[in-house]
Amino acid sequence: MGKIVVEVKGLIKDFPIADRLFRALKGITINIAEGEFMGIVGPSGSGKTTLLNIIGGLDSPTEGTVSVLGLSLIGKSNKELADLRKNGIGFIFQGYNLLPVYTVYENVEFPLLLLNVDSNKRDKMVREAIEWVDLSDKIKSKPAQLSGGESQRVAIARSIVKRPPLVIADELTANLDAKNSHRIMKILLGLNKEIGTTFIFATHDEKVMGYLSRIISIVDGKIESDKFFDRNELREKV
Amino acid sequence: MMIFRLAIKNLLGAGMRTWLNVVVTSFSFTIIIFFNAMYNGMRQDTLRILLDTEVAGGQLWHPEYDPFDPLTIEDSHSIISEELQKMVAGNEAMPVLVRQATFYMNGRSSVGLMKGIPPGQEIVRMPLKVIGDYSGDYIPVVIGSGMSKKTGLRKGDLFTVRWLDALRTYDADEFEVAEVIKLDNYRLDRGVIWLSLEKMRELLQMPGEVTYIVLKRDHAFNNQADSFIYKDIEYFMKDIDSAIEADQVWARTIFGLLLIMASLGIFNSQVLSIFRRKKEIGTLMALGMTRQRIVRLFTLEGGLHSVLALFVGALYGTPLFYYLATRGITIPYGEEAGIISTGSLYPVFGPQLIFGTMLLVAGVVTVVSFLPARKIANMQPTEALRGKIS
Repeated sequence: MGKIVVEVKGLIKDFPIADRLFRALKGITINIAEGEFMGIVGPSGSGKTTLLNIIGGLDSPTEGTVSVLGLSLIGKSNKELADLRKNGIGFIFQGYNLLPVYTVYENVEFPLLLLNVDSNKRDKMVREAIEWVDLSDKIKSKPAQLSGGESQRVAIARSIVKRPPLVIADELTANLDAKNSHRIMKILLGLNKEIGTTFIFATHDEKVMGYLSRIISIVDGKIESDKFFDRNELREKV
Repeated sequence: MMIFRLAIKNLLGAGMRTWLNVVVTSFSFTIIIFFNAMYNGMRQDTLRILLDTEVAGGQLWHPEYDPFDPLTIEDSHSIISEELQKMVAGNEAMPVLVRQATFYMNGRSSVGLMKGIPPGQEIVRMPLKVIGDYSGDYIPVVIGSGMSKKTGLRKGDLFTVRWLDALRTYDADEFEVAEVIKLDNYRLDRGVIWLSLEKMRELLQMPGEVTYIVLKRDHAFNNQADSFIYKDIEYFMKDIDSAIEADQVWARTIFGLLLIMASLGIFNSQVLSIFRRKKEIGTLMALGMTRQRIVRLFTLEGGLHSVLALFVGALYGTPLFYYLATRGITIPYGEEAGIISTGSLYPVFGPQLIFGTMLLVAGVVTVVSFLPARKIANMQPTEALRGKIS
């Protein structure tokens, strides 16, 4: 196993619902190594998204410890967590979450603007990322002019343009048809192979699962199983 | 810089909503600037006319003289000091004698003032040379066009004037209107007949006597050197300034309402924006933007309405204001409104007015943009990403 990029120990997350507390995660412990292409699967409401949000520094645990890219997330300020996301994590959302008034190019460029990358280097990186997802002909289009598959590819380009060590993808194929889902998974697998980024997916889509080399199954806030798969043949094909 | 670029992009991306707010804000800009320019123009016009026609370098009043008190006006005259007499002889000062009188014309009578000044004087703009050139059988006077309109007296008309002379005896004589002149200063026109100082002294039996003296501009006279009381231009402007100040209360109310209208539009737009763009806010947080930076972005987006409003306002305001500032605005009711004016008002658009208004509107707009944006600081990224309404 390579270097650990995500380390979760005894993670508990409670949400207040009316005057009671609902326990969404009940003592999760996992380690994710650098370069893994893994998924957290489970039915709706099982706690997948909550776990990803905590790993991504978007939410905080009630109990337990979480360390991402060597940084413990416990007690960190909003600014420190924002810095972690800005520098180290790419996000892909189910609803694409593209910025509606920006073009494809500008959406992909945005993370690099936050990082103050100089304009020449930025332009090169943006064009390269757009090329990875095969959208060079749509560079000036606005999100409203794109199909669902194209929008998700823009979201992927945006998540990987800064070459983050970790990409978190939440139900990224939920709004896509089978053809587009396979296309996107192949792109991500290729990127995982090419740039060595660690991918964590939350999904209950079996098409996605077919590409994952590790699947952690969560049911009712607890880990039910943690299985590794040999996808070398698939990786070679991609 | 990045925040600025994003704010501009978002603002322009909002389309019609932005432009409606911008147009309303630009109205606030231009109307506030226009009304204040009108007040500036009014004040400057009045100041210029007062200096030209009445005040020049200031006046020295007989201690008893009060133009608003008819009871003391009979006693407000005396012979001036030698120093002042020298100034008069050297055309450095102009003596004026004032007396109440009753005018009888066209079968009616009215009470007014006789004012005597040297016809050839050049200290104030009061063209009385026609009196010096008069060769008729009566006492020549000059009246203003307002007085002519009110009394029906025309050039060449005869009328009787009765007055109380120095010996407290009523006397009367026939006067002739030698000229009707346009006087921009209604205070010199309304109820006043102008005649030669020497003739008036003779009629009143007041040789060498003076009610007040008008000093030449840039005079070297020590204002404390005589028993006469010095009144400078500020004294004469006091009434005008009070009138403008009183009118500005109303104008400021209008400005306030305009600003509230513009601000409400932007406030409403900001609240809606933050409500509708929660998912976008969540995405910005996920991409690594700090909450403070997002607050700044949204505040700037709102604040930039005022910058766009400035450009839009300049687009239609510049030609309009240029036209008004060069052509003027006719105010035929100036006298009735108590305005000393040439009949046309020229608004004055100074840089202080324009930049001051810009800062005021930009400040108000930025504050109303910041108030709803503050909510973002407490927003949870996960809730924002879900577009959850709280």
